[in-house]
Amino acid sequence: MSVTTKAAPKARKKTQAATTDRVPELIFGDLWEFDPAPESADPKIKPQYELFIGGKFVEPESGKYFDSINPATEKKISRIALASAADVARAYEAAQKAFDTTWGRMPGRERGKYVYRIARLIQDRAREFAVAETVDGGKPIKESRDFDVPMTAAHFFYHAGWADKLDYAIPGRPTEPLGVVGQVIPWNFPLLMLAWKIAPAISTGNCVVLKPAETTSVTALKFAELLQEADLPPGVVNFVTGAGETGAAVMANDIASKVAFTGSTEVGKLIMRSLAGSDKKMTMELGGKAANIVFDDAPLDQAVEGVVNGIFFNQGHVCCAGSRLLVQESIATEFVEKLKRRISVLRVGDPMDKNTDIGAINSRAQLEKIEELVQSGVEQGAKMFQPSCRLPGAGFFYRPTIFTGVTQSHRIATEEIFGPVLSVLTFRTLEEAVEKANNTAYGLSAGVWTDKGSRILKMSTELKAGVVWANTFNKFDPSSPFGGYKESGFGREGGRQGLLDYVRLT
Amino acid sequence: MMQSRRTSSLDRFIADVGPVDQVGIEERAAKFTTRSIKKGSKLWGLKTAVSMVDLTTLEGKDTPGKIASLCQKARAPSSDPEVPSVAAVCIYPFLVKHARKLLADTSIKVASVATSFPSGQLPLKLRLQEVRQAVSDGADEVDMVINRGLFLSGELDAVQDEIAAVVEACGESTLKVILEVSELETYDNIRAASMLAMRVLRADDFIKTSTGKASGSATLANTQVMLEAIRDFYLATGTPIGMKPAGGIRTAKQALHYLVAVKETLGDAWLNNTRYRFGASALLNDLLRQIEKQKTGAYQAPYYFSEASASY
Repeated sequence: MSVTTKAAPKARKKTQAATTDRVPELIFGDLWEFDPAPESADPKIKPQYELFIGGKFVEPESGKYFDSINPATEKKISRIALASAADVARAYEAAQKAFDTTWGRMPGRERGKYVYRIARLIQDRAREFAVAETVDGGKPIKESRDFDVPMTAAHFFYHAGWADKLDYAIPGRPTEPLGVVGQVIPWNFPLLMLAWKIAPAISTGNCVVLKPAETTSVTALKFAELLQEADLPPGVVNFVTGAGETGAAVMANDIASKVAFTGSTEVGKLIMRSLAGSDKKMTMELGGKAANIVFDDAPLDQAVEGVVNGIFFNQGHVCCAGSRLLVQESIATEFVEKLKRRISVLRVGDPMDKNTDIGAINSRAQLEKIEELVQSGVEQGAKMFQPSCRLPGAGFFYRPTIFTGVTQSHRIATEEIFGPVLSVLTFRTLEEAVEKANNTAYGLSAGVWTDKGSRILKMSTELKAGVVWANTFNKFDPSSPFGGYKESGFGREGGRQGLLDYVRLT
Repeated sequence: MMQSRRTSSLDRFIADVGPVDQVGIEERAAKFTTRSIKKGSKLWGLKTAVSMVDLTTLEGKDTPGKIASLCQKARAPSSDPEVPSVAAVCIYPFLVKHARKLLADTSIKVASVATSFPSGQLPLKLRLQEVRQAVSDGADEVDMVINRGLFLSGELDAVQDEIAAVVEACGESTLKVILEVSELETYDNIRAASMLAMRVLRADDFIKTSTGKASGSATLANTQVMLEAIRDFYLATGTPIGMKPAGGIRTAKQALHYLVAVKETLGDAWLNNTRYRFGASALLNDLLRQIEKQKTGAYQAPYYFSEASASY
């Protein structure tokens, strides 16, 4: 090293730094507190929503409804119809009819027009949908505004473009739609998951029966209103709302030629068991316990940013969240200190505030699950760090949490927490990093942070994960396929690969 | 000793202080622009920004008369008594003695660019002489430029020695080291140059982005690279270094974004004008206009605010 640290010339007395006994630390205090900056757009949420079957809003056969609450305030925002098995059967009949009479026969370029129109309508009403998503699910308005809604529109635009080009998806192999598909989606990205499911399905000529998650049905039903506005033929898309029983009915219906599920591995396994022996096509996008692997030559501040984005984005309610940090031992202490400083300036609180980085946990049940797993981490001897930020009095909130001293046998290193909790493990060599990263039942995503290109390529071939991000994390694009290895599921969504899961090659 | 296979000492230095990822740093910087600063917090930010301005004129046609109007603007930026004076005026060395007289009874600092600003292409001896002249004429602060040619050709020791020599020549005066980031071209280089300079600076000296005379100037991203370097240096040594982005910051909204970056990277101890400055001129009137808007709810026409210096 030719450049050495030189002693500074004699410093001026008045400003000489106090380097004696105090360890220098930064002050992230309240000198400049930000005033509340609430988003004010009207989400236009109705007090009650019915089922959406055959292009119309219809009352549930049972006459039963359930409440949907705002997890940030615990106040009721709407009443949602509870679909029974008979309602689900009605939805399937409507879908089959639409497939037989209109949608299945429509030329691709005509179908494409409808899908483009849906995409444009989402853009037109982006702010309204963003606010509704935040009120219903608790995610920060910043994320629903800048990520969920724009990506939802992007997925419809992308797949609309495929509608009249399906003959060229695999040259020489024309495609035909499967028929009616049943879909069940989770509560973490209600609109976006809906787009991931519906856009490829209808663009390829299928009709859909979809069940949103019971805690986040509102934006799906607002989307149904948007479909009416788009003049989509009745029955092409049907929404049945409810909890597990409704979902089971959607998955089990005989009319469904394919079912697609995104959610927990536990429920995914149940579905697969129940459908064993049937000839239904299936795609499953399930849980994850992704590793973010930071090598000692990585750009550290950007890696910190990526790790923070990887685990605290959407309160950690992300199936591909980077919930395990594998950091090389030589930089582990420094890196964890940087991480702690970074999460000390994250703003936790009212999801409707434009400055909020971490919003509300989606439900009380999820909050309890997070608390239980964090407790297990403490009991099993891992060291916990949480910043001292204030939390709102009402609603479901959880501080960003980092566990250090975690090993492969801790529960917090193996079980999916689905919350803002990061487990930090260390490694010494590349081989050890790969072994630890792959030592999980899941395989949805991984992140590699290094300045060395060849190492990125090696890691991406060795990691058993559907997506490997290099020097970034949580990057999505409609043209890029997404899906898992092992117990993270099978089938791909997005891109040409995702499209092919919704067609039969002839 | 065996000849090093890698000939570039710059490469080795970058490996030592750590690289910067372009995509990552630009994403981080973009996040600051999504912060929504309203009401009281906006007013606080705007006033604080006024107090951090180095009101600047650096033109060939500057005269003592122009400096007089600049100094008056610096003392009382607006008729509103709640608006603070600016931190400093920033001018050419030849005009320092005029400004010194005009600001003698204030706490406003006289800052002089020196060291053959903006190119730095004079023999070191002459550059040091210029610094000493500015200081003896009454400059409280000296804004120097680093020798970018030496830096890019890997003569890092020489660059550092020159900065150290200027520190000596400054005596009691504060030094601001201009890296001229657009000529360094990469974020890796900006971080390396920041570290190189800070290692020979004193507490509360500054590093500064730009001269305002090159094609590029301060951006949130290159400023962020420097803020992070300041943070890492402070945590490692306990020596706090100030930051001055300069050039291209023209609107109050931009200034607030820069301050958000300071708040979230360096924290409260840097949210004052001994640790943070804006090198700007047009910015000042936009800050005043926004302060008026916050207070009265109405925008005033630009001609209600006195013009003291254009450009930059």
